[in-house]
Amino acid sequence: MFLIFLMFTNLSPPGPVQAHDAPDDGGGMVILEWQLSPDDALLDGYEVYRSEDGINFEKVGFIGRSRNSLDDQTEDGKKYYYRVAAVKDTVRVFSEISNPVMSSAQWFDRSKTNIIIALLVLGGIILYFIVQARKGKELYIRKISGLQAVEEAVGRATEMGKPILYCPGIGYIEQIATIASLNILGEVAKKTAQYNTKLINPHYDPIVYTVAREIIKESYTKVGRPDAFDPESVFFVTDSQFAYAAALDGIMLRERPATNFLIGTFYAESLILAETGASTGAIQISGTDSLAQLPFLVTACDYTLIGEELYAASAYISREPLLMGAIKGEDWGKLIIAGILIFASIVGLITNFPVLNLFR
Amino acid sequence: MTRTLPLILVFIFGILGIIPFVVPHPVVQNSDEFLRNDLLRILAAFALVLGLGSLLRVHFDKIQHRRENWEYSWVLLITFFVTSIIGLFGGVSGTGPLPTKIGNFPFDIQTIYLHVEVPLGATMFALLSFFMASAAYRSFRARSAEATLLLISAFVVMLGILPLGNQISPHLPSFAQWIMDVPNVAGKRGIAFGIALGSLATALKILLGIERSWLGGGE
Repeated sequence: MFLIFLMFTNLSPPGPVQAHDAPDDGGGMVILEWQLSPDDALLDGYEVYRSEDGINFEKVGFIGRSRNSLDDQTEDGKKYYYRVAAVKDTVRVFSEISNPVMSSAQWFDRSKTNIIIALLVLGGIILYFIVQARKGKELYIRKISGLQAVEEAVGRATEMGKPILYCPGIGYIEQIATIASLNILGEVAKKTAQYNTKLINPHYDPIVYTVAREIIKESYTKVGRPDAFDPESVFFVTDSQFAYAAALDGIMLRERPATNFLIGTFYAESLILAETGASTGAIQISGTDSLAQLPFLVTACDYTLIGEELYAASAYISREPLLMGAIKGEDWGKLIIAGILIFASIVGLITNFPVLNLFR
Repeated sequence: MTRTLPLILVFIFGILGIIPFVVPHPVVQNSDEFLRNDLLRILAAFALVLGLGSLLRVHFDKIQHRRENWEYSWVLLITFFVTSIIGLFGGVSGTGPLPTKIGNFPFDIQTIYLHVEVPLGATMFALLSFFMASAAYRSFRARSAEATLLLISAFVVMLGILPLGNQISPHLPSFAQWIMDVPNVAGKRGIAFGIALGSLATALKILLGIERSWLGGGE
């Protein structure tokens, strides 16, 4: 018993404490690191003490044994001193006082440098092809069956005298898939205006609704049919996910559209909509970048625009050279990424270059 | 001008949206927070008024012209106005000036939400299992080489996660997991790369004013 007591009173302190400002952050954080006490296995843990004058310390944290770092929240611009105590029951053995440290906010997050470089390179490639397209260079784009079917789907609805349902999903206006969907909606609306086919466009988000309404109106005007635009065809339903799904199912079953476009951001309601649409016998063209929903849409729809095909759609339908240029740039970007991945995989299999950490 | 100003605004706010991604400084982060939360909420509130206006107009029109199923529009309108009054004057949890309790029967917004909307939403969600079964039935038919491959993979994965799979072969669960972890993830990553590049290209097109279809009417 006496021996054990003696052992505890002779605890070794932790090693020197290193304090430094947390890098690449918005300030208010200091990172502490210290060497574990040689008696670490016997300890309850470590107490961290902080001082603004190097004399009066207050406890700011406790961490279990075998751990040698702690993030401490601080006030920017103030100088702090730290020391760490190895703790066993009521016994505390203190380390030396750390170097003074001051937290500050950074103006650039260096951890994102690789992303910035990738963005600049890929953005540059895309811009290059946009410039090429502007110069009038012919650009070839592979066939996308889902988009080729748009004309056919609108024609079919016209022949049958039935409406077209265009669902932009349940995404918000700031989501790329929603923006892409609205771009496609503009092109589809031009065709429905030309063919004089009824378009039903129910919405989940009020902001998307207001934008869509203007887009459809503009499309009808562009093809010289402003009189054919029915303001009641574009309407807000609800911003409740399953209430929206229920409303759309109801529209599908009552109105029996000949064509359903399900294009945008989707979540759990995707299959509810797609299967109901399939049960009505409508041609269904879907498109989303929601990876988890793609299998459902592929299963239940006739055509599915997978991921980037959705973004390419408005260029594909409108055949506008500048938009086509961007798609060409994307393709080159993918080629470069694929090349880098293959190269990095080979290098990674053969050796262990530090440069591979860039891909972590 | 009706086109130039929105394009300039989109460019400015687009850049303002990119900057906080690389600048952790509170000056930038707080401004971004303000733009995303406060400003967007104000916009959303105005848009909601427009949206609700549209909803009411559509249903009033249905009733007025006695269109098909016009009776249901009454259900929507009545419930809309009743819940609006309860919500506006009774408060979310019945703390407003309007009494939202008759004896032990509360009908404040929170109660309506929990006991009406949530069960109705859950009912719709529950339909998903039946739709999954019918979709699976249609897709898991060996009509082509790809469909056959899908059928076999799905069968192995489903069998692999069942206790029965382990009894058939102890390697089956690992193989099912391998299908999920390797070919499945490889496919997903391919799509994800395309999505990332497509997003970048779309963002650039919008920022630079090449993609303008979102602008709507007016020259």
